[in-house]
Amino acid sequence: MTAVAVNNIVKTYGKKKEVAALYDISFEVPQGELFGVIGPDGAGKTSLFRILTTLLLADSGSATVDGFDVVKDYKAIRKRVGYMPGKFSLYPDLSVEENLNFFATIFNTSIEENYELIKDIYIQIEPFKKRKAGKLSGGMKQKLALSCALIHRPSVLFLDEPTTGVDAVSRKEFWEMLKGLKQQGITILVSTPYMDEAGLCDRVALVQNGKILSINTPQGVVQEFPYPLWAIRSDKMLALQREAAKLSSVQDIYPFGEYHHVVLKKGSTAAQLEEFIQAHQVDNAEMKTATPDIEDCFIALMKPSIDTATDSLNENASK
Amino acid sequence: MRASNMTGEKVITADKLTKRFGDFVAVDQISFEVEKGEIFGFLGANGAGKTTAMRMLCGLSLPTSGKATVAGFDVYKDNEKIKKRIGYMSQKFSLYEDLTVKENMRFYGGIYGMSDAFIKQKTAFILHHLHLENEGNKLVKSLPLGWKQKLAFSVAIFHEPGIVFLDEPTGGVDPVTRREFWNMIYQASEIGITIFVTTHYMDEAEYCNRVSIMVDGRIEALDSPSNLKKQYNALSMDEVFLQLARKATRIES
Repeated sequence: MTAVAVNNIVKTYGKKKEVAALYDISFEVPQGELFGVIGPDGAGKTSLFRILTTLLLADSGSATVDGFDVVKDYKAIRKRVGYMPGKFSLYPDLSVEENLNFFATIFNTSIEENYELIKDIYIQIEPFKKRKAGKLSGGMKQKLALSCALIHRPSVLFLDEPTTGVDAVSRKEFWEMLKGLKQQGITILVSTPYMDEAGLCDRVALVQNGKILSINTPQGVVQEFPYPLWAIRSDKMLALQREAAKLSSVQDIYPFGEYHHVVLKKGSTAAQLEEFIQAHQVDNAEMKTATPDIEDCFIALMKPSIDTATDSLNENASK
Repeated sequence: MRASNMTGEKVITADKLTKRFGDFVAVDQISFEVEKGEIFGFLGANGAGKTTAMRMLCGLSLPTSGKATVAGFDVYKDNEKIKKRIGYMSQKFSLYEDLTVKENMRFYGGIYGMSDAFIKQKTAFILHHLHLENEGNKLVKSLPLGWKQKLAFSVAIFHEPGIVFLDEPTGGVDPVTRREFWNMIYQASEIGITIFVTTHYMDEAEYCNRVSIMVDGRIEALDSPSNLKKQYNALSMDEVFLQLARKATRIES
């Protein structure tokens, strides 16, 4: 069964609708899937989540959640989805326990009734249940917000950038929690600007400037990377980047951790790059093949015109 | 990697620098030195004490004990002088959205006491450098996010400070802009500006000359990325960070 279906959603802001937040977006999420919406700030992630949680109206297009229309059936949707906004939105002057109780009561349920579902998460903050929510650390606030979003046992859970500004250790813990929830059959839509989190999703949509660049499994996105990819390094990284960028076989080069990733033009061999690395042996230059990750794919999708532009130039030249 | 212009001159020194809030020791006797032109990565989990340490070095918070100098000035006595000689860019976008690009530069240049002639010349230089010549009179809020972040960095070093403190400058930024941003960091370092930067992106830790990792208020590790990876027998800085940060016993509060 389809948990979320989005059809040609368009959303603009401004008096003259001059700011396009979502540009003709369509996708489907089957029940029980952990679906990631991956993209930088300003990609349209929050607008999309607010439309699906019935908090914002689209300009055009339609969407359903659990089979209910986001406009007509908004009341039914609100009963069955959980939503954790990017900004901490619990009551800072209520205690941990009071916040959770409040959300349980609003949805006509109790903490006891659904304790099993939140147990693994809530147990970590239960020692502080008398503390006011506003006095919690970032990591604890996040766990409380997730508990509150789950307390009515939603069928679909929307998490808007739950890991933004959170350190690497807490981020890993958070994704472990999501895996546990998925096993309980909850459909989860999660947005994030961290590309490295894509691999933890069943499927991902890569979004940029209100458009979907690609929808696939994380492995599928990577397999679609169309260019030969190499990693190079030397003692003079900045100079290495500047000079390698001038090679005719090089389409793109950018820093990637302790290496630079070199994207070769389609069909190019590494011969020219090898020669270049040989010529820089004084600086201990080295090269190795690299496996693209989601960030490489995102960068290539953001700059799709380079190859096609040169292709069409060549075509024009040959005419 | 070592910046070619690093001269050995120390522009930040901290010796057993400590900050207590009541019984809680937020920063616990940290000692380190940063050289002129160095790109120094300041890492740590949430709650490890990074922000408190950074606030002391920027002259915004008085230490409880220990010594520190920034740009040659004492953090206890000369904190006003320190403020004039450093640049600071917070993780939250801090330019005025309702002012134009040029107005923001005039405002920040004016705050730091730069002359009208300097402001005019520097503004033209930055706009040219960022390819924003046609956007100078546009409101900042109308610019795409990636440009805003690059502009915020240019404004943070507008008054040509010796040191710039960057607090998670690339959070939420797309991967292309993130790398363009780091190119700007390298360029600033090449002209001798010392960079003190925090980040949650571990690949960015690799771009630093040296990296310190704070755990529970203390500096647990400090070395070049390649030496840290050797020391902790790790393939990436991500692994180094996780090994250290998992040792934390402090309950975030």
